[in-house]
Amino acid sequence: MSGGGGPSLMDSLFQRTLDDLIKGIRLHLPGAAQSSFISKSLDEIRREIKSTDSQTKSTALQKLTYLHSLHGIDMSWAAFHAVELTSSPSFLHKKTGYLAASLSFRPSMDVLLLLTNQLRKDLSSTNQHEASLALECLSVICTPDFARDLTPDIFTLLSSGKNSIRKKAIACLLMVFSQYPDAVRVCFKRLVDNLESADNVQTLAATVGVFCELASKEPRSYIPLAPEFYRILVDSRNNWVLIKVLKIFAHLAKLEPRLAKKVVELICDHMKQSEAKSLVFECVRTIVSSFYEYEFAVKLAVVKIREFLLDSDLNLRYLGLQGLLLVAPNHLWAVLENKEVVIKSLSDVDRNIKLEALRLVMSMVSDDNVVEICRVLIGYALKSDPEFCNEILRSMLSTCYRNVYEIIIDFDWYVSLLAEMARIPHCQNGEEIEFQLIDIGMRVKAVRPELVRVGRGLLIDPALLGSPFIHRILSAAAWVSGEYVKFSRNPFEIMEALLQPRTNLLPPSIRSVYIHSTFKVLSFFLHSFLLPGKGVNSSLSNFVDIEPGFTYSESEQEFTEIDHATSSSGLNKRDTFTQEAVVNMLTLVITSLTPLAESHDVEIQERVRNVLGLAQLAQQEISCNHDQKEKMVDKVDLKTSIIIRLINDALSEDFGPVSFSAQERVPVPNGLVLEENLSKLDSLCADVQLSISESFSLVKPILLPTDGDSISNQQNEEESETSPAESMSLLAEHRKRHGLFYLPSDHNKNASSSFPPANDPNQRDNDVEDLVKLTEESLVLKRKPSSSRPRPVVVKLDEGERLPITVKKTDENDDLISGAVRDVLLGNEASLRSSNPSGRRKGESHSKDKVENSETGNLSKRRSKHRNHGKNVEDKEENSEKSKKKSGGRHKARRRADGGIDVAVQKQVIPDFLL
Amino acid sequence: MIHFVLLISRQGKVRLTKWYSPYSQKERSKVIRELSGTILSRGPKLCNFVEWRGLKVVYKRYASLYFCMCINQEDNELEILEIIHHYVEILDRYFGSVCELDLIFNFHKAYYILDEVLIAGELQESSKKTVARLVATQDSLVEAAKEEANSISNIIAQATK
Repeated sequence: MSGGGGPSLMDSLFQRTLDDLIKGIRLHLPGAAQSSFISKSLDEIRREIKSTDSQTKSTALQKLTYLHSLHGIDMSWAAFHAVELTSSPSFLHKKTGYLAASLSFRPSMDVLLLLTNQLRKDLSSTNQHEASLALECLSVICTPDFARDLTPDIFTLLSSGKNSIRKKAIACLLMVFSQYPDAVRVCFKRLVDNLESADNVQTLAATVGVFCELASKEPRSYIPLAPEFYRILVDSRNNWVLIKVLKIFAHLAKLEPRLAKKVVELICDHMKQSEAKSLVFECVRTIVSSFYEYEFAVKLAVVKIREFLLDSDLNLRYLGLQGLLLVAPNHLWAVLENKEVVIKSLSDVDRNIKLEALRLVMSMVSDDNVVEICRVLIGYALKSDPEFCNEILRSMLSTCYRNVYEIIIDFDWYVSLLAEMARIPHCQNGEEIEFQLIDIGMRVKAVRPELVRVGRGLLIDPALLGSPFIHRILSAAAWVSGEYVKFSRNPFEIMEALLQPRTNLLPPSIRSVYIHSTFKVLSFFLHSFLLPGKGVNSSLSNFVDIEPGFTYSESEQEFTEIDHATSSSGLNKRDTFTQEAVVNMLTLVITSLTPLAESHDVEIQERVRNVLGLAQLAQQEISCNHDQKEKMVDKVDLKTSIIIRLINDALSEDFGPVSFSAQERVPVPNGLVLEENLSKLDSLCADVQLSISESFSLVKPILLPTDGDSISNQQNEEESETSPAESMSLLAEHRKRHGLFYLPSDHNKNASSSFPPANDPNQRDNDVEDLVKLTEESLVLKRKPSSSRPRPVVVKLDEGERLPITVKKTDENDDLISGAVRDVLLGNEASLRSSNPSGRRKGESHSKDKVENSETGNLSKRRSKHRNHGKNVEDKEENSEKSKKKSGGRHKARRRADGGIDVAVQKQVIPDFLL
Repeated sequence: MIHFVLLISRQGKVRLTKWYSPYSQKERSKVIRELSGTILSRGPKLCNFVEWRGLKVVYKRYASLYFCMCINQEDNELEILEIIHHYVEILDRYFGSVCELDLIFNFHKAYYILDEVLIAGELQESSKKTVARLVATQDSLVEAAKEEANSISNIIAQATK
């Protein structure tokens, strides 16, 4: 007995078996005890696996495989031992080795190289079970190297007399092709032969399975095989095979309409006759996704879908909804026919079915029924669980927003719908609602009065402040109420709402929006009081004048009504803006905001001080005049009046939606030299210009508060001594600056009535003209309204906003495979075996032996590419949908590039093949 | 094509995993965690399909075990349900009314049988008889190898090597 033999014998005699290990694990409670037992067992395994006795080694590996596959223990360190066992003469050990290999090997392992020879040996073994072990393993861990080296062996097995081996070899081909496209040249012919020899249904199924996967990636190359598939569709009685063939035809028919005509009746026959639901559903899916032009087929499919929808089996109901979803884009009538079932499914017990139903409902939405459908959905949202409720709200919001509110005609209704959503207890879509409220405010002028009304409703409800989910919506409501306060019937009420004590529940960022809105309301209020009949009126009349071309019916009445309220009926106006009311408001502002002047949040503090500055100044002057009521006329001369006029003019300019290219269109100001190296950052253009514009406004020395009075020459008269006034002017200035970057949605009139520029009148005017021109160009008017209520103008810029950026992704391998397939199918064997005449692409044109002899550099390059490919598989899977769609087009382009001869050949060939 | 097969117990314990698409170890455990959470939380008598990361998972519960298979969106869900049932029936015949413990203690056999049913993410054998026959032959080969290894003469040969 040698020295090394002792421990080995002891190990093999007293080794824990797999059963012992499993029992041990089950005895220990999950947690620390179990994991310590596992790590103890792992130590044993590490020792045992090194044994020279293959039985001991095999048991150790088996235990390790168990731990790996059920407990996720890493076993990459044992890869070499697995390879060792695959070469064991004992079938048991070989099997254990292969199981470990196929479960744990990764393409990046070096040890794979050692397996090549063993795989080759087993593939050519006379024992079919050994060969099937090797094939199974290869189908899982195939690498480009394996595929290249073992292609001849697999080629031999493709015509093996044993069906169980042949079908496995066929199934393996899919992996081999994807790893090593050149294998197509060798094996494709035999693969096609297997398609023709229908002696064994299993090999046929495997072959069709391979073609189904290949065709899903790049269907065009397989059109010449259509007769074979047609024959199978006619002859085969095996549902598994038929389902795959149907999938192939779904791909092919999209490319070749003549083919579609040929098979559509056959598919209908299957659909009518088959008992198997899986086959029926596959027929339905094929018809509605690829044969939707054939009315009779679609009608039949819809009948089947209806049967599914009414079935008691939830699976079939789910699939019925899916079928409807596939029909919807081309045949909406099918959905409308089954409307009741769909709506009913919204309250199904199964969440997945509810989701499908929701998608379907959304596909039905049009401008005629959006009001009705949304009402129904809100009802469902109220009684659903929070998760599904939010799902409903989310899909409503995104559907209504689609193409800049394309389907919305009545915006007043939509705005109140948004408010209604905000009040739903589980609503978590605050962000989107906030965005849409402000977006609509900027885009749709006609809806602003209603928007303010809705905003008021949200603001004055103290209960809403308690729910963090709708803080964002409140922020939008506050902004809207401040920005469009001129439409408000009772600004005082809004002011109270903005300053109510419970606003301390808001986060600082939103609270500062509130405070800024109080500033807007206050300045509007003071303006109306001090300078009645000046600003507000003109801006309002302006507003009505902006759209002279549009015939409003109802909405115009609303405007004139408001106009009436503010201007014509002086009595009403006097009532609202009495001296008493102003004094009350000032008191309210000062008392509520003074405590906040010491706030730790810099945003709040700054804004509060702005408001307080204005309020205190106004209070001083107005209460001075309180006694002499007759001196109203003097109001115009007060300092406050002057400031208010400035502020109000600054605030009265509308915000508009910003075009994506707005930044680029702004002319570069004189004296600003754009550095050369910045021009490289074209892609980041927007960001770069933004930062420039910021520094541009900050750099202005006149505006720096420190040297304020001494330097500023043009403004100092207006700015006076008080610091709040100065900051007001700063604000106005800032807004002016930013006005450059907004597209005003109105025309000349507004521009001319706006605040005269502070610094450089000429340049400003030019800018305005430019922008007006731009606006005229980019303003897209929506289609003419046909319904009784005309659709208000929605400002829509030429570029789509929130446009997803699609990245083109090419899949080299699919291209290589299909190229090779086309060569095999269209070219003759002889030209393939010798050199390829067209010489289409480097590496691809080489026949097999040539590759083996030379071009090692090229190969290794490709190999590394394949590695990358393997790593990016997640990526690929996500994009597969996209690349599939694109592949047709890409392919066409490529073929054109290859030269006209190829095209001519294929064009001629196809009709011959077509039955 | 089937991307992976998972067998999960009602308690969330993994009983079998087979991956036909490449997933790293990290991704694998993430997938298992995510899916067992989603599937185990679904009540009984709901539909057997779950959409997941742009793919679809078809699952079916047999006694205490959930059999899950992940497929592409455009694959046929009912076909996969049939495959699951096919596999379960074969297991049932092989073990004689199979239970979870059978699969735990014979985890390798569960894999060998699965390998005769599926290959490269596709169904390879739709005949239960054929699968049973192939597995039985392999078993006899294994038994023969075991007997040889356990024979006294072999142990003596090992010991005196």
